[in-house]
Formats: sequence, structure tokens, C-alpha cells
Amino acid sequence: MTDAPSTNNSAGAVLSFDHMSMTFPDGTRALDDVSFSIRPGEFVTVVGPSGCGKSTLLRIASNLEKNTSGHCEVDRGSIGFVFQDATLMPWRTVRRNVELIAELHKMEKAERAKACTEAIELVGLSGFEDKYPRQLSGGMKMRASLARSLMMKPKVFLFDEPFGALDEITRERLNDELLRLFQHEGFAGLFITHSITEAVYMSTKVLVMSSRPGRITDVFDVPFTYPRTHDLRYEPEFAELCGQVSHALRGAHQ
Amino acid sequence: MSILQGSTAHVPLDPATPPSARLDDVAPDAPDKSRASDLIGPLVTFCLFIGVWYLVSMVLLPPHKRFLLPPPHRVISEGFFVWRGGERRGLQPILLSLWDSAKVALIGLIITILVGMALAIAMSTRRWLERATWPYLVAIQSAPILALTPLIRAIIDGTMNQRLLVVVLISIFPIVSNTLFGLLSADKSQHELFTLQGASSWTRLTKLQFPAALPNIFVGLRISAGLAVIGAVVGDFYFRQGGVVGIGAQIDVYRSRLWGPELIAAILLASALGLVVFLFFGWLAKRAVGKWHITTRGT
Repeated sequence: MTDAPSTNNSAGAVLSFDHMSMTFPDGTRALDDVSFSIRPGEFVTVVGPSGCGKSTLLRIASNLEKNTSGHCEVDRGSIGFVFQDATLMPWRTVRRNVELIAELHKMEKAERAKACTEAIELVGLSGFEDKYPRQLSGGMKMRASLARSLMMKPKVFLFDEPFGALDEITRERLNDELLRLFQHEGFAGLFITHSITEAVYMSTKVLVMSSRPGRITDVFDVPFTYPRTHDLRYEPEFAELCGQVSHALRGAHQ
Repeated sequence: MSILQGSTAHVPLDPATPPSARLDDVAPDAPDKSRASDLIGPLVTFCLFIGVWYLVSMVLLPPHKRFLLPPPHRVISEGFFVWRGGERRGLQPILLSLWDSAKVALIGLIITILVGMALAIAMSTRRWLERATWPYLVAIQSAPILALTPLIRAIIDGTMNQRLLVVVLISIFPIVSNTLFGLLSADKSQHELFTLQGASSWTRLTKLQFPAALPNIFVGLRISAGLAVIGAVVGDFYFRQGGVVGIGAQIDVYRSRLWGPELIAAILLASALGLVVFLFFGWLAKRAVGKWHITTRGT
């Protein structure tokens, strides 16, 4: 398994996987010898077919699951986790939802309120503080979910297909917003998606994962500079890179 | 519109996106429809109710059996418009009995809520407790109280305590089952959010499970409250002593003496007590969770 491509230069990394494998108790092998690391200022996206174990990576990084061999190094105190759905508490207003994680960490009240106002402004939800989740659209719920994690100023942000359930327009808009936050806040990102366009558009690096057991089969460095605008999606270089990722993904699928 | 424009003013949006494009981002509030047409339904059923009553009383019942269901006007004139008719007849003794039963129902309900919710919380955290308790709760709910009355009388002193026990036995099941269901209803990902923050089980209970359970708890409360009234009526039917008796006992007296109008008046007032309790908890639910819980609507 030493031929697995890796970017395992973990010096200065905020998150690193080292020859990590994961087998579920029922014998399903979810991940096989995964090695890569993420440094500050990097935004790494993992694309792969459904059920290939992409999400398991995040669950191991955040300690929701335990890997069966290898190592995962991360400062668990400074992780932000954005779930597939917004996981807002329907009985809390936007403001109280955004405050939730800080509240669980016993952040002092005045400080919490201030950070909350900032986070809400950052994700563009000002004016909606007193709305309940049922009054928000899918995109706005995701913004609130982002703001909730931003409150803690995480060094590593894990995204588990956060925009998968949204329509194209909303997704692209949130891609832009997230990139803006990425530049503004300076966190390192690990993003899971099965949209190739989204992967290339967002990332400094795209990893392609094979079907179960999930292995990193290809690594693509994305050369485009930030800030990126949505016209980038229609540049020939962008299309070409997407084509390469797509080709690798097909190979990984077989 | 105004909040939308207010928000976009200082939000650094992608310049290519016109501010109006965010209109689709807002789910509309449910329109507030409470109008006169809402009254028509209840009015129709009320007229129907009175009509059927007259039909049974004046047409279906032969005159010599009419005392079984006197027509509405006689119930009003003899049941409600006589204050004290002697020998426990009249509105005043009925109201005193009703108040007596209401107290029993209320105290019993409070005990039911405390015991029931504590049990549900314990069952939600311990799977074995859930398995061990469940069959007995179902059994209590379907056990005929009538058959238990000699036992209750033998074990427990005082009619008040005996009546309270009947109330708790009859009303506890819905509050336990609905609270338990609600406590277990939080999403897996919501739980994981709490796990990620290293939340204690107490924090999880108070900040996630309990609020998530509130809509279900109120459903249970509503049913249990109605059953508590039934329990109180049934209880004072079997456990009574001299002086002021509960409405159940009062109804039994009227029934045995064939005092039709008083009997129907007492039954109507006992039902009204159930209705008031039901409406109260509906109102309370709306106050507590109506803002965020979608399926809550007017009572």
C-alpha cells in the first residue's frame, strides 16, 4: 500500500492522517491507508463516490468514530464541524442557535453576545436574528450553522457535504461566501463533496477517493488564486482541471 | 421586504447577485387566519347536538321514559336555574361537588406530571428500565379500576388519597409515553453536535432532549389532563364520605333517584370541566412551543 499517493509532509499541519485505516465492527472496511495533512491556509476537498468513506474521515478527525489503525493528529479543541444538514435547534431563534456551541463551552455572556453578532453579520444573516429555523430557507439555515461554528474561531473547519441539499444557485452563492470566510478567518478547511465543480472551485487541493474501502487515489493541486469569482467556473483551465478530476473519479469508481 | 433590504445593505454579497435574488431565501410566515368563519363549524355542531338531543328526548323516548333524558330547556330551568333545591338538588351543590372533583383532578394531575416525567426521563436514559417498565404501564392503562377498588380501599387510608391514586393510575400513561417519545426524538446529528462539544448528559437533557420533547409533552399533558378529570369522577364514584362529595358521587345520587334534569346538568358541567382543562393545555402549548413548532395550531 506504499504506492498510495500522499501529501504526507505533516510539518506545521493542523490536521494530519497517517496511514490510517478504519474497519467497522461489522467488518466493512471504510478507509484504507489514508495519509494526508492540511496546513493553515489550505482548503482540501475530498471527492469520491457515495459511500466511499469520505464522511468517515471527518468523523474520525472529530472523534465521533475511532480509526482502527494508523494515526490522526488534530487539535480537537479547535475544530469546527458543519454537518450535512444544518442541525439547528428548532426551538431556538437564529441568535440563540448561533450562540449554542459557545454556550456549551461556557463562554461568558457578554462576550458571547458580541461574538454572535459578529458571526451573524459575517454570514449575512443580520436582520434575521429573531427568526426561528422554520422561517428560514435551506441556504439561510446553512448560514446560521456556519455562524454557529465560526463563533469558536476554529483552526480547522470540517465540512460534511454541507451544500448537498441546496439548489444550484444557492449552492454557488454559499460557495462564494464560504471562500470569503476562508480568506477572512484563515482557518484550514477539509471539505467533503461529490460535486467536482464545487471541489475545484473551493480548494487549494482536491483529493480523489476510491469506492470502499476508501483510498486516496489522486491528488490535484488547484493553481487558481483567491479571491475567486464565479466566472472562474467558465474558464478553459477550470474546465480542464474538472475534466481531469472527473477522469480520476471514474478510474476510482471501478 | 424591509428586513431584507436592511440585511443586504451591509452584507458583502457577490456583486453579480442582485439583492432581490435573496427574496427566495425567505420562507413565508404562516398567514394568520382567525376570522368569523372559524365560528361556523362549532356553531353547526352545537345546533346539531341540541337537535339530536331534542329528537331523542321528545321523539324517540316515550313520555313515561322521558325522565331518562329530559329536553334541553328542562335541564336549563331545573338543573341550572335552581340554586338550592334541597336534598342536594340545584346548581349550588353541583358546583360544590364539581369544585371538589376539580381539586382532586388538579392535585392528581400534578402528581401524575411529576412522577410520569421523572419516569420517562429515567426510561430515556436506561434502556433496561424502559423494557422493564413498559408492560406494566400498558397494564395499568387497561386495568379496570372497578376491580381494584376493594384493594385500594384496603391498602390506602382516606378517601382523598384513594381518589388521588385513581387519578394517577388513569392518567399517567399518556404523559409517560409522549414524554419518552419526545425525549428520544432528537436527531442523530443534533446529538452528535452535542457529543462534539463534550456536553454532559445533563446538558444534553436540558438543552437538547427536553426542548425537543416539548411538543410531545404537551400532547401527553392534554390527554392526561382530560383523563385526570375522568379519573376524579370515577374516583369519587367509588370513594366517598359524608359532607361535600365529588361530582361523580353526586351524579350517582341523581341517577339512583331518577332526577333527570339535575343528572344531565351535572354531567354537562363535568364535561365542561374536562373541556376547560383541555383548552387550557392547548393554550399553554401554543404559548410555549407555538412559535417554533409547525404543527401547533389553534385549539
